[in-house]
Amino acid sequence: MSTSVKLAVVAVGLAFVGQAMAKDLTVISFGGANKAAQVKAYYDPFKKVSGINVVGGEYNGEMAKVKAMVDTKSVSWDVLEVESPELARGCDEGLFEKLDYSKIGNKADFVPGAAQQCGVGIFVWSTALAYNADKLKTAPTSWKDFWDVKKFPGKRGLRKGAKYTLEIALMADGVAPKDVYKVLATPAGVDRAFKKLDQLKPSIQWWEAGAQPPQYLASGDVVMSSAYNGRIADAHKEGKNLKVVWNGGMYDFDSWAIPKGSPNKDAAYKFIAFASKPENQKVYSQNIAYGPSNKLAVPMIDKKEMAELPTAPQNMKDAVKVDVGFWADYGESLEQRFNAWASK
Amino acid sequence: MPNPYMSPIERAWFYLHRLLSGLTLLFLVLPVLVIIPLSFNESSFLVYPLTGFSMRWYHDFFTSAEWMRSLKNSLIVAPAATVLAMVFGTLASVGLTRTEFRGKALLMSLLISPMVVPVVIVGVAGYLFFAPLGMDASYTTLILMHAALGVPFVVITVTATLQGFNHNLVRAAASLGASPLRSFFKVTLPLIAPGVISGALFAFGTSFDEVVVTIFIAGPEQATLPRAMFSGIRENLSPTIAAAATLLIAFSVVMLLTLEWLRGRGERLRTQPAKA
Amino acid sequence: MMASSAPMPDHPLTTQDGVPLKTKLARAERMNKLKSLALVLPLALFLLLTFVVPIGSLLLRSVDNPEVVASLPSTVKAIGAWDGKSLPPEPVYRAVAADLIKARDDQTLGDLGKRLNMEVAGYRSLLGKTARALPFDPAPASYKDALVKLDERWGDPAYWQAIRRNGSAHTPFYLLAAVDHRVDDLGDITATTPDQAIYLDVFARTFWMSAVVTVISLLLAYPLAYLLVSLPTRKSNLLMIMVLLPFWTSVLVRVAAWIVLLQSGGLINSALMALGITDHPLQLVFNRVGVYIAMVHILLPFMILPIYSVMKGISPTYLRAAVSLGSHPFGAFWKVYFPQTVAGVGAGCLLVFILSIGYYITPALLGSPNDQMVSYFVAFYTNTTINWGMATALGGLLLAATMVLYMVYSKLVGAGRLRLG
Repeated sequence: MSTSVKLAVVAVGLAFVGQAMAKDLTVISFGGANKAAQVKAYYDPFKKVSGINVVGGEYNGEMAKVKAMVDTKSVSWDVLEVESPELARGCDEGLFEKLDYSKIGNKADFVPGAAQQCGVGIFVWSTALAYNADKLKTAPTSWKDFWDVKKFPGKRGLRKGAKYTLEIALMADGVAPKDVYKVLATPAGVDRAFKKLDQLKPSIQWWEAGAQPPQYLASGDVVMSSAYNGRIADAHKEGKNLKVVWNGGMYDFDSWAIPKGSPNKDAAYKFIAFASKPENQKVYSQNIAYGPSNKLAVPMIDKKEMAELPTAPQNMKDAVKVDVGFWADYGESLEQRFNAWASK
Repeated sequence: MPNPYMSPIERAWFYLHRLLSGLTLLFLVLPVLVIIPLSFNESSFLVYPLTGFSMRWYHDFFTSAEWMRSLKNSLIVAPAATVLAMVFGTLASVGLTRTEFRGKALLMSLLISPMVVPVVIVGVAGYLFFAPLGMDASYTTLILMHAALGVPFVVITVTATLQGFNHNLVRAAASLGASPLRSFFKVTLPLIAPGVISGALFAFGTSFDEVVVTIFIAGPEQATLPRAMFSGIRENLSPTIAAAATLLIAFSVVMLLTLEWLRGRGERLRTQPAKA
Repeated sequence: MMASSAPMPDHPLTTQDGVPLKTKLARAERMNKLKSLALVLPLALFLLLTFVVPIGSLLLRSVDNPEVVASLPSTVKAIGAWDGKSLPPEPVYRAVAADLIKARDDQTLGDLGKRLNMEVAGYRSLLGKTARALPFDPAPASYKDALVKLDERWGDPAYWQAIRRNGSAHTPFYLLAAVDHRVDDLGDITATTPDQAIYLDVFARTFWMSAVVTVISLLLAYPLAYLLVSLPTRKSNLLMIMVLLPFWTSVLVRVAAWIVLLQSGGLINSALMALGITDHPLQLVFNRVGVYIAMVHILLPFMILPIYSVMKGISPTYLRAAVSLGSHPFGAFWKVYFPQTVAGVGAGCLLVFILSIGYYITPALLGSPNDQMVSYFVAFYTNTTINWGMATALGGLLLAATMVLYMVYSKLVGAGRLRLG
């Protein structure tokens, strides 16, 4: 094959790509079952209604790409799913557009805390204790049981990082959910958390992506794990006997944000408005067990499904709201210490 | 067969050596082979024993928009990177072998270095350099970086082929009035073609298998096949990955056989044993 | 000496146009070299642009420290007058108030807070809180009192030390942190506290794991290479394909395959349990064992090929001669054959070691946190926490180690003589 033919092939290929990218809306989420539910509830119906094709991408919450895109004014992500600490920080650092709620919907329709300056809550998730009911004879009821390797032999999955893990360690050490951040803000509290983690270290298998805990649980690699409740409910639906303990769960919002300077801002607003409508949020919550951010969606969901959601009153009772301000201040030093601790 | 004059210890040693080598070979090929049957297994878990034959994972692969997009991306990026690496690499190899000059060894070390510099560093450096220019998440950057990673392979194989090349042939062509360009295409290139093609295959293979630089440089629109496999392995190790893996294995077998054929051909064509 | 009598004329040989032949030849030779260089030039420029310059700017970035200088310019100027002991004088407080107002309006507060939070945890919220309260209305008599009243942390010299330490656009902070050291409040270089120290361990681990992988690869590769050269060509070619097949197979395919083989319900564990060797599944993956197995598998061909090609050039007659002269076969092998293969062994070991220390994918997918090598942390800081200073400092040190080894390799083996299949 001559070079010119090859170049022609490349040129045709590039033209083809250029065409495919025109007018598409790039929506970046955390992948896995969460993304699958978003495709069903938001991406596909949105395309039908608006004619705008949604290209779904995934990431693990890395803000590096967003920062680079915004700094260079070459934003190729139009709508982004972010967790609250990143949303708050990114809003301060000028990474996200300040939202115009007139283009999205009635601010009062959202559950408290969901409508932020730079982001709109998509759903409420919870990181809770999950276990494989086929492998355990008695059901664990709290993080204290999570630490009890005699009564519940086998490995445990925890998220590889300081966030959530330190809170869990303190709760296992007897700190009441409401006092967790008060204790963790003191050096003695941090030492206490790491000391508690030391006890369990040989039995911990770390996970990084939200899709891993249900797999580890299903394959029997671990018997208990911290996990996003939606992923567990999803695996449960597929016939795996995985269960969630709500006591000591930690909940927060995931939000939509628009990276500053997105060239598709209008379409992005349309998408966010579409995804904030109660009837679409209902479809989402039916596909993955996360609580809707729009109050009006709550009555549309039936009782049985409601019991699986983190926003159900009985599930909220002994849960902790993740403290965004705390992690903004202590995140780096605690993550560094966690890395040092974990790699020893 | 051990020869009959061996002492019992030597004989034992002989068999031990065979056994060890056999186990090493098994170690090398087993993982490649073990994943193939799982791609045809109907169970949605990647475990043996097999439960029944099914093509559903291939169906999944070929109907999934994401896998198809990543396959398409790989088929855009890898050939483009290969062409770049091949053109630059072949020219440079000709330059490197036609005369001796000072600093040649150093230059050679520089041209080969993309092969040894940790890919994470190449990825981070490329990202931090191209992102401020607004050139991250673009096909161009990905192709350029992949070409840079493929260059050493072209340089190595082509210079090796050129060592056995008789430069008098070029002089003869020139004395007969051929322009340098003409003599390159009519005389040099046909003779070194096996080296160029195997270099190109290596460059293609490098790009086709590259994931680290892609993680840093590519956005979701440019995600290549290995990039898709990377998130698949991390997040959801499903039999669709086994199907993708099987297709990649089939692909590598074709590449390998082509290369072996070229090598055999090169060896027959040249009096000197092949260097590559 | 008279010209007429000498057989060799004083005039040197010239070409038709009267230029001395020597000069002409030298010129032709120079032209030839220039032509050669011109052929290499496109590639050299290409690599310069895509490879050398990016890596060079990466190295520079590891000492970059723009945030404080850019966002707190007047504070940095004013703080020079401070003795660094008690609390800074009033002008410094006044300057910080002015700078923070500007930083907030320019949206540079985030970067500044991030940088200073690395020095003292909690700095970010202090800046955010202060910037929200500014400007004071009416302007206070003493900014010092007003700021300390707003937040008592402004009365703690540690927060001011952090600004003073970063009064320059360049800092050794990241490079020092990459070897577990820091500049303390007194300006001395000290070791990081043990609970934050990590990277020296990580570097040691990287080298140790690479060494283990190299040794295992050598132990497996040497006998196999010896078998390959001693077999007849047809057979050895067939076996060679078995070596090259995994070499050509995607690394990710192989990682996936190893997970399938090694997981607790995987083939290896089932086989071990069926054979009665163990009664519960062994942990073979997501730990060091899994990383070693997969890395050896990936790097083994890089060890086999150089050893094989060296062995191929050794005539078997030497060994036979030694044996026929009465040497014990093992002794003969060790004294006669092995020394001739040392070049190949050296080349293979260096290559495998060089490639190992940069590994990222395999440990990331198959290892636990304490199996991660330097590359993992480079990626972690680049992607997850956007701490590019730290990423580039660690990357720079890793690159330096690689380059030293590569230079040794180039000197001993010659870069162009890497064998590929």
